[in-house]
Amino acid sequence: MSEHQTVVLHSRPGEPDVTPRLVAEHGLSEDEYDRILGILGRAPTFTELGIFSAMWSEHCGYKNSKRLLKLLPTEAPWVIQGPGENAGVIDIGDGLALAFKVESHNHPSAVEPYQGAATGVGGILRDIFTMGARPVAILDSLRFGDLDSPRVRYLFSGVVRGIGDYGNCVGIPNIGGEVFFDRTYEGNPLVNAMCLGIMKKDEIIRGEASGTGNTLMAVGARTGRDGIHGATFASEELAEDSDESSRPRVQVGDPFTEKLLLEASLELIKSGHIVGIQDMGAAGLTSSAAEMAGRSGSGVKFDVSRVPVRESGMTPYEILLSESQERMLVVAKSGHEPEVRQILEKWELGAEPIGCVTDDGQFRVLENGTVVADIPALPLTEGCPTYEYDVEEDHKIIALRSFDMTHILKRKGDFSTQFMDLLGSPNVASKAWIYEQYDTTVRTNTIMGPGGDAGVIRFRGSRRGLAATMDCNGRYCYLDPRQGAKAAVAEAARNLVCVGAVPTAVTNCLNFGNPLKPSNYFQLREAVLGMAEACAYFETPVTGGNVSLYNETGGQVVYPTPVIGMVGILEDVSRALGHSFTQEGDLILLLGENREEIGGSEYLYRNEGVVAGSPPLVDLSAERQLQRATLSLHEEGVLHSAHDCAEGGLACALAESALSGPKGPWGVEVELNEPLAPAALLFGETQGRMLVSCDRSDADRVLGVAEKHQVPTSVIGSVQARSGTFSIVLPLGFIRVRSGEMARRYREAIPAIMEAGQP
Amino acid sequence: MKVAVITFPGSNCDYDCYKALQLFPEFEPSFIWHREQDLGKVDAVFLPGGFAHGDYLRAGAIAQFSPVMPAVGTFAREGGIVAGICNGFQVLCESGLLPGALLRNDTLRFRSHDVYIRVETVGTPFTTEYEKGQVLRMPIAHGEGGYYADAKTLAELEDEDRIAFRYVTPEGNLSREANPNGSAHAIAGIVNHGRNVLGMMPHPERAVEILLGSTDGRGIFESMTTTPEEW
Repeated sequence: MSEHQTVVLHSRPGEPDVTPRLVAEHGLSEDEYDRILGILGRAPTFTELGIFSAMWSEHCGYKNSKRLLKLLPTEAPWVIQGPGENAGVIDIGDGLALAFKVESHNHPSAVEPYQGAATGVGGILRDIFTMGARPVAILDSLRFGDLDSPRVRYLFSGVVRGIGDYGNCVGIPNIGGEVFFDRTYEGNPLVNAMCLGIMKKDEIIRGEASGTGNTLMAVGARTGRDGIHGATFASEELAEDSDESSRPRVQVGDPFTEKLLLEASLELIKSGHIVGIQDMGAAGLTSSAAEMAGRSGSGVKFDVSRVPVRESGMTPYEILLSESQERMLVVAKSGHEPEVRQILEKWELGAEPIGCVTDDGQFRVLENGTVVADIPALPLTEGCPTYEYDVEEDHKIIALRSFDMTHILKRKGDFSTQFMDLLGSPNVASKAWIYEQYDTTVRTNTIMGPGGDAGVIRFRGSRRGLAATMDCNGRYCYLDPRQGAKAAVAEAARNLVCVGAVPTAVTNCLNFGNPLKPSNYFQLREAVLGMAEACAYFETPVTGGNVSLYNETGGQVVYPTPVIGMVGILEDVSRALGHSFTQEGDLILLLGENREEIGGSEYLYRNEGVVAGSPPLVDLSAERQLQRATLSLHEEGVLHSAHDCAEGGLACALAESALSGPKGPWGVEVELNEPLAPAALLFGETQGRMLVSCDRSDADRVLGVAEKHQVPTSVIGSVQARSGTFSIVLPLGFIRVRSGEMARRYREAIPAIMEAGQP
Repeated sequence: MKVAVITFPGSNCDYDCYKALQLFPEFEPSFIWHREQDLGKVDAVFLPGGFAHGDYLRAGAIAQFSPVMPAVGTFAREGGIVAGICNGFQVLCESGLLPGALLRNDTLRFRSHDVYIRVETVGTPFTTEYEKGQVLRMPIAHGEGGYYADAKTLAELEDEDRIAFRYVTPEGNLSREANPNGSAHAIAGIVNHGRNVLGMMPHPERAVEILLGSTDGRGIFESMTTTPEEW
């Protein structure tokens, strides 16, 4: 301790004085500043202020969400690494481990959609391969405003292109995800990317700076002036003019360098020449060095003048806070620097020693030998104050829940037109326009790509397989955040069991508004509580994730959107099941119970223009029974298809199963004799339901298994000849359309909007 | 049969090619890094898909200057079997080992989905195991796959029966919709004058196992073990 107390820090020439205004501009409160004074025992320099600002931002420090995140279940026997590392890791058997995580890049994508989304993918890939895992799949969860706005179309196409170009170039297949369009996301789209990586269990490496005297090396791309203060930028509301003014805070991606960095990093980790590695992601060199020191309880000392830079004249402040992409901080074993450099050189990348690990617990930065920052490392990473705020539900939302549905429930007769309209809604229609821009089959492990309930990949050397999905309905969460979050977890689990996978673990991305507003904090807290309850119930621990607050523009806050990324394991990947009908004459069965629920549905939005009512109720016990029944049916091998009922309800789920095969659409004949309102029965989004098909001769077996698991199940109809009629008949209403017309509507909706909108 | 899979910085289907070759007992695949100047003793060369050198400047444009390429050129001119898939096709065109060029898809978007291609000739070391006119299903995944050549070259390709595959409908017919990238004459793959160098945009190495949805690509690998007399 005595050493650092003798260090005298002088302001660097040209640096501004640290004034209360400058402190506020760095997003730090008076209390936080007082705490900094206490930690340092003196006033910080401008450089140190920048360091604290980044490390204590929501993005790095989780100061507004940490206390709530503690409520999530994070443990299970199969969890190897829980929250707090670059990514969560679980045991998947056969001596293998899965690293997986989701990351948001919302604000960058709002101002520069292509680069914002591309670098989001780059960041999440690095989080995975810095654990020692080879990335094997990407998923993406996206939210945009209504596509009738040219600006939204620009954001949408830019984001999709950005995700595609980056992942395609690195060569990681995209195997699924989701997209939702609603005016709430107009100024603030959500771009969440998830990555899965596989490694041998004993090859896991952590982001630690251990072993006094070991060498810190800056690896990969050079440091430039892009993305400075990106972490702080992500932790405030977007100004209405942020389009132009914030662009320099968005990073620029280079997937080619990323591919080289990926190969070099994996080779480096295997080589045994390094003890730790971490992405220079949010808050760049600052956070990677501080977090690595913090995790191992050591200190670090490095000189910014030794960091390879793109341009001369960069200040320590800029070098420390740059978020230039495709860079890593590596801790090499002392004396092994030449070997590290040799591996990087093979991949045409640089590796420069910039400092070393120390034992004094200080985060010490020099510039040409002169100390410019000297901060105790642990308080920097762990001392960030955490907050809880007042909660109060917005009265407007309470009122919305009691929206009068009587006139909708009274509707009778022909629902064909409303059905066709719903199929053409971008929220229901085919998403092929998106995922056909993503390479889904590279690496030759993709068993089921995007467009189904969940993506499935095999891993070589095993019979088993991995399934992954991302889910959340922001409208449900807006109307009732606790129910909505539970529904997201339940839907993710249903999607996994549809393909035959046992739900195993979760990563989450909490996209919310400014937590200082009581109504927003209420949503955050409720959603975390709902998620915690459902994840505990399903035994799917949360192993990590990301928090993105301040998702608002010009006072318009997005719907609370706690995206769930869930992974599951299939015992026999060759038996992965799709959602398309496969055979004429097969019987169609519905597992689960229909209810008269229409609140928060796409139907309500399309027909009444409102997001209102109570969202569908989630019965966790019934969900678990449904999951077990479905998995038993998989084991029996009697199903030909399985599909979750989601947006658009039972009618749209039937349509999807009829339309999604490689050849022409199937005809469908369904009859339901339940005394429920037709609109609710057709389009209501009641949870806990699954649509399956099987050979006529197996129907009794399906009913038997369902009964054993106490899941109400009935035969509702049959698969008819291709290109025939699609009909659903209820006591008080019906749908009757030609399946060919239905197919056109479903497939052409998004392309038609996007092509009509081309300049 | 020793097969070299060339890995450029940015190649990302090298491993897929390697694994596909391993499925056939006849092949003994190995990776060759692009800085090697000698192929060693090999019987065939694969240029895999990906984004060699980031596809900067133009797809395949920088890869033609990789140290390994003169050796690949010599091998090809001496009659060695060379297959370039996707990015590998682009590299072969840029290197002058195949005529023409690959332009940006006419949809202006990256396209990744299954396509149907028709076997146009069985007189190549890559197609003997197919029937002429056979329709194959396999994935494409590219942004720059629109085959282009001047009228004279196209006429030569047609006259010399050097068009290996064309994009067609599932029924085997030519149509505008079935051509995913605006390729001239719906060309999905061609061979050189000596018929020993193949370039194709679709990915046969992704269609070699029933688990992956198609085995239609296997014929290309199986054909490679035949003798020149057979093609």
